[in-house]
Amino acid sequence: MKNLKLDIDSYCKLLLRVDKANTSKFSLRKRPTSEKLVDVGFKNIVVAMASMVAVVLFSIFAVVYYESTESISRYGLRFLFNSAWNPVTDEYGAFTAIYGTLITSIASLLIAIPLGVGTAIFITENIIPEYIRNVIGIMVELLAAIPSVVLGLWAVFIMEPFIRPFLNIIYELFGFIPFFSTQPLGAGMMPAILILVVMILPIITSISKDSLKQVPSKLRQAAYGIGASRWTTIFKVIIPAAISGITGGVLLALGRAMGETMAVTMIIGNSNNFSWSIFAPSYTISSMLANQFGEADGSQVSSLMYAALILMILTLLVNVFAQWIVKKLSLKYQ
Amino acid sequence: MNYTSQKSLTYNPSLARNIGNRTLTIISALFAFISVLPLILVISYVLIKGGSYINIETLILEPEPPGDDLLSAGGIGPAITGTFIMAVIASIISIPVGVGGGIYLTEYSKSGKFAKFIRFGSNVLAGVPSIISGVFIYAIIVSTKILFGSMFSGIAGGISLSILMLPTIIKTTDEALKLVPDDMRRAALGVGASKFTMITNITLPAAFSSICTGVLLALARAAGETAPLIFTALFSRYYITSFDDLFYEMGSLSVLIYNFALEPYEAQNQLAWAASFILVVVLLSLNILSRWIGSHGAFSKNKL
Repeated sequence: MKNLKLDIDSYCKLLLRVDKANTSKFSLRKRPTSEKLVDVGFKNIVVAMASMVAVVLFSIFAVVYYESTESISRYGLRFLFNSAWNPVTDEYGAFTAIYGTLITSIASLLIAIPLGVGTAIFITENIIPEYIRNVIGIMVELLAAIPSVVLGLWAVFIMEPFIRPFLNIIYELFGFIPFFSTQPLGAGMMPAILILVVMILPIITSISKDSLKQVPSKLRQAAYGIGASRWTTIFKVIIPAAISGITGGVLLALGRAMGETMAVTMIIGNSNNFSWSIFAPSYTISSMLANQFGEADGSQVSSLMYAALILMILTLLVNVFAQWIVKKLSLKYQ
Repeated sequence: MNYTSQKSLTYNPSLARNIGNRTLTIISALFAFISVLPLILVISYVLIKGGSYINIETLILEPEPPGDDLLSAGGIGPAITGTFIMAVIASIISIPVGVGGGIYLTEYSKSGKFAKFIRFGSNVLAGVPSIISGVFIYAIIVSTKILFGSMFSGIAGGISLSILMLPTIIKTTDEALKLVPDDMRRAALGVGASKFTMITNITLPAAFSSICTGVLLALARAAGETAPLIFTALFSRYYITSFDDLFYEMGSLSVLIYNFALEPYEAQNQLAWAASFILVVVLLSLNILSRWIGSHGAFSKNKL
C-alpha cells in the first residue's frame, strides 16, 4: 500500500513536469512544426547512436581482418599448427599461443566452476544468517572491481613466491606426466591459471547466484515435502532448474579468461618455446599481443593481427554460444 | 500394524544421508571461504603495502626514469591526472552514444529486428577482449596519424576505453528504461506530450538512478583497464600543461603499475604499489557508490 502511494505521488509530480514543459495549459493547439522536427530529429539521432554498436563491431572485425590479410594469404591454416615465431627468418605460427590460451582458460574454468557454483549455492541456501550471506556475495562481486593489472602485481610479488614450493612438490611427485614435466621457476602457466581463477570466479558466482535465486520456491518445497534432503534437492531439483543461467555464466567466464591480458602477461613468463608442461613459461594470444605489438613491424604486425583475429573468433564463438544456450534452456520455468 | 514405531522421527546424525548432507554443507562453506580469500588477501596487501608508500610527494611528483635514482622514484601525479583525463574523454564519447542507443532500444523499437540485432551486438561487443580494442584503435588512429598527425595520444587512449564502456552503458540504459512502467508513458502521451518530451521529462528522470549505476560501473571498469592503453596512450612521465598535450603520449595509473612492476628496481616497484593503492581505493569507492545509488532509485531492480 505504501509503495502504491509513493508511486502515485511521483506520478503526479511527473505529470506536473509535463505541464511545465508544455507551457500552454489545457488548450487545444496544433503541434508546431518545430516540435515535430525535434521529435523526428531525436529519433534519428538515437537510431544513429544505436547503430554505432554495429558500426564499431563490424569495423573492429574489418580492420583486424584487413590488417592480417598478408599473413592469412601467406600461411593460411598452417599458422594455427606451427609453433615457430621467428622475426629474423620471417616465419610465424601461433600454435604456442593458441595452446597457452586454451590450456590456461580451460584449466582455470575447471577450478573456478566448483568454487563459484559451490559459493553460489552456499549463499542462496539458508545455512547461515542472511546478512552474512549478503556480505559474502558482495565481497565476491567486489573482487571483479579490482583491475587486472593490480591482480597481476599481486600475483608477481605475493602469490607466485608463495605457491612455488607447493608446485615444486607436485613436480617432484608427478614430474613423469607431461603436463607437470618442467621445474617451476617463477613465472609460468600455473600461476597464470590461478590468477585467472581469481578473475573469473566473481562472474561464475554472481551469475549462478542470480539463476539459483530465480528457481521458484515451489520446486524446493515439493522436493522437501516428498522427503528429499537438502543436497538431494540441490542436485536433483535446484541445479537442473538453474542450469541455463549457470552454463551461460560459465561460458561468459570462459570468454573473459581467453581474452584476459594484463594479469596473464605479467605472470605467464612470455616465452614462445613450446612445452606441454603447465609449469613452463608460455604465451597466450593476448599476452603475445601486449608484449610484441608495440615493437613489431612489417609482416610481424600482420601475423600478430592474424593471432588477434583468431582470438576474436574464439571469444565470439564462446559468447554467441553462451547467449544461445541461455535462450534455449531458460524457457523452462517462466 | 504400526509403521511409525518402526522408525524414529527424530533427527539421527549418524544416518548416511545426514552425514553426506553435513559433509556437502561443509564443503560448500569451504568453497565460499576460498572464494572470498583472494579479495581479502589482495585488498589487504594493496592497502597495507601500497598505503605505506603513500605520502604527499608520491601523490604530486612526476615519476623518475627507472635506474636514475635508486632511493627515490618520484611520484605518480601525472598518472593520476592522465587516468582522470582519459576516463573523462571516454565518458564524453560513450555516455551520450550509450544512453541514446539504450533509448532507441526501449522507446522506439522494443522488439524489432534491428533492436534485436543491436542487443545481440552489444553483448558481443561486451565480450570482445579489451586488448582487441587497443589493437583496433592502434590500427585506425595511431598508425594512420589521423588525429592531426599525432600518433600515440591521450585522446586515442580515451577512445579505446570508450569502446569498452559503450556496451555496458547501452545494456543498463535499456534495462533501466524497461523497468519504467508503461502507464507513465501513456499518461504523458495522453496529456499531449510529444515523444521527445515524454522521454526527456518522464522516462529518463525515472530511470536516472539505474542509468547512473551502469555508467559508474562502466567508468570503474574502464579506469582500471591497461590493455587498451599500452599501444594507444603509451606512457608519459610528465604532467600535461596545455590542451595540445592531449595529442601526445599520456601516462595512466594502470600502465604505470604494469611498467614499474616489471622493473628490477625496488623504488619503482614501491611506486607501482602506491599507484595500485590509489586505483583500488578509487575503483572500490565507485563500485560501492554505484551499488548505493542503484538501491535508492525510484524504479530500481531491488524495489520492483
